[in-house]
Amino acid sequence: MTAPLAGTVPRVAPKARLEWDEVRQRHVLLYPEGLVALNPTAAEVLKLCDGQRAVTQIVETLKQRYRAEQIEAEVATFLSNLAAKGLVTYVR
Amino acid sequence: MVPKPLWLLAELTYRCPLQCPYCSNPLDFAGRRFRNELSTEEWQRVFKEAKALGVLQLGLSGGEPTLRKDLEVLVRTARDLGMYQTLVTSAYRLTRDRLAALKDAGLDHVQISIQAADAELSDLIAGTDSFADKLAAYRYTKELGFPLTVNVVLHRRNLHQVGDMIRLAATLGAERIELANTQFYGWAMHNRSALMPTREQIAAGWEVVQRERARLGKSLEIVWVLPDYYEEFPKPCMGGWGRAYMTVTPAGEVWPCHAAGRITTLQFANIRDRSLEWIWNESDAFTRFRGDAWMPEPCRSCARKTVDFGGCRCQAFLVAGDAALTDPVCSLSPQRGRIDEAVAEVEQEPWTYRSASASRTSSPILRG
Repeated sequence: MTAPLAGTVPRVAPKARLEWDEVRQRHVLLYPEGLVALNPTAAEVLKLCDGQRAVTQIVETLKQRYRAEQIEAEVATFLSNLAAKGLVTYVR
Repeated sequence: MVPKPLWLLAELTYRCPLQCPYCSNPLDFAGRRFRNELSTEEWQRVFKEAKALGVLQLGLSGGEPTLRKDLEVLVRTARDLGMYQTLVTSAYRLTRDRLAALKDAGLDHVQISIQAADAELSDLIAGTDSFADKLAAYRYTKELGFPLTVNVVLHRRNLHQVGDMIRLAATLGAERIELANTQFYGWAMHNRSALMPTREQIAAGWEVVQRERARLGKSLEIVWVLPDYYEEFPKPCMGGWGRAYMTVTPAGEVWPCHAAGRITTLQFANIRDRSLEWIWNESDAFTRFRGDAWMPEPCRSCARKTVDFGGCRCQAFLVAGDAALTDPVCSLSPQRGRIDEAVAEVEQEPWTYRSASASRTSSPILRG
């Protein structure tokens, strides 16, 4: 599995949709015949995956919101896991 | 605590132009029990109540769901509620305009069945000329940007085409192909000996699947649904009874799975009489086999009970004669011999097509 390059621009794949699950009080990524339950940070990352922002910009935005040490690595791992399932694609 | 449902299968109608002899619909689909279809408003209420209970994935199925003229209205309602929607269709007479209208209404994903990899065999199995319509609909689906799943039910007469089916799905640009070995309920149970594959066919099909998975990689997801009669342990049916899944039938009965209505020892509630919440939490059909307190031996003391939940209640009812027994597919079940007998009984007789007239003569309920 390869981590996305910092300059690449991710987006949620057309077949997937981010939704708020009111009953379970969490975001979910829905796709054909399945779903991924998301923690609040993961949902924030996906909201920023709009096909406009590069991974570097997403990381910068998150750094302003959260004081986490390893945001770069975590975002990279998260996105490559979803990309492996075809739920995130790279615009470039 | 009662678990919350994630999946709703909405069987909008049992009317269908195809006559597949393995249909999972009830044998008595043409009878009074299913005839008085829910109105648009009743389905909208079902969807709202389902969402409030926790449902996120909605299957729009049947019968042939596109026969419902209000399908676009229903799709829009479900989309406004935030549910992810899959249309499960035969694609018979399905036009590009209709698919475009459904896309516009918020439909997410389309599943189109084929019965085989070529027109001659596919139409023979469907009992209705439909293969050309399906190919056209696959094209429209991709043009409109839907994710596409190709569905095939596998049995003795088409298992030799698994490789051709996969290659067709790849050529069509599908994201997924579901190769589902026949599960013996409904019409498939009625036609079991005409559909039963041989062990050699299953082994050959599985080999092709593994080879094609290696060749195609991520470009096509190949789902292989195991033929459970050939397994040592039962499938974890529906992920456990009343745990995540429910089916609403055309006239409003709510079932824990799409085959459960055949279990005559259960009482099924109807959304015309009760809220979906009550039905999920309290009704006899949903509470009877929820959890593991109901389990007999050998399940009760078995380590696998949290893996397979005792298997399938419908299979226990249909094959072993009691829905509260261990799934007879299990090698530990005292009833396993009945499965082995069925596997051994490979018959060359023709099957019975799923049709309204055959429903009246084949169903013990309608025949009286």
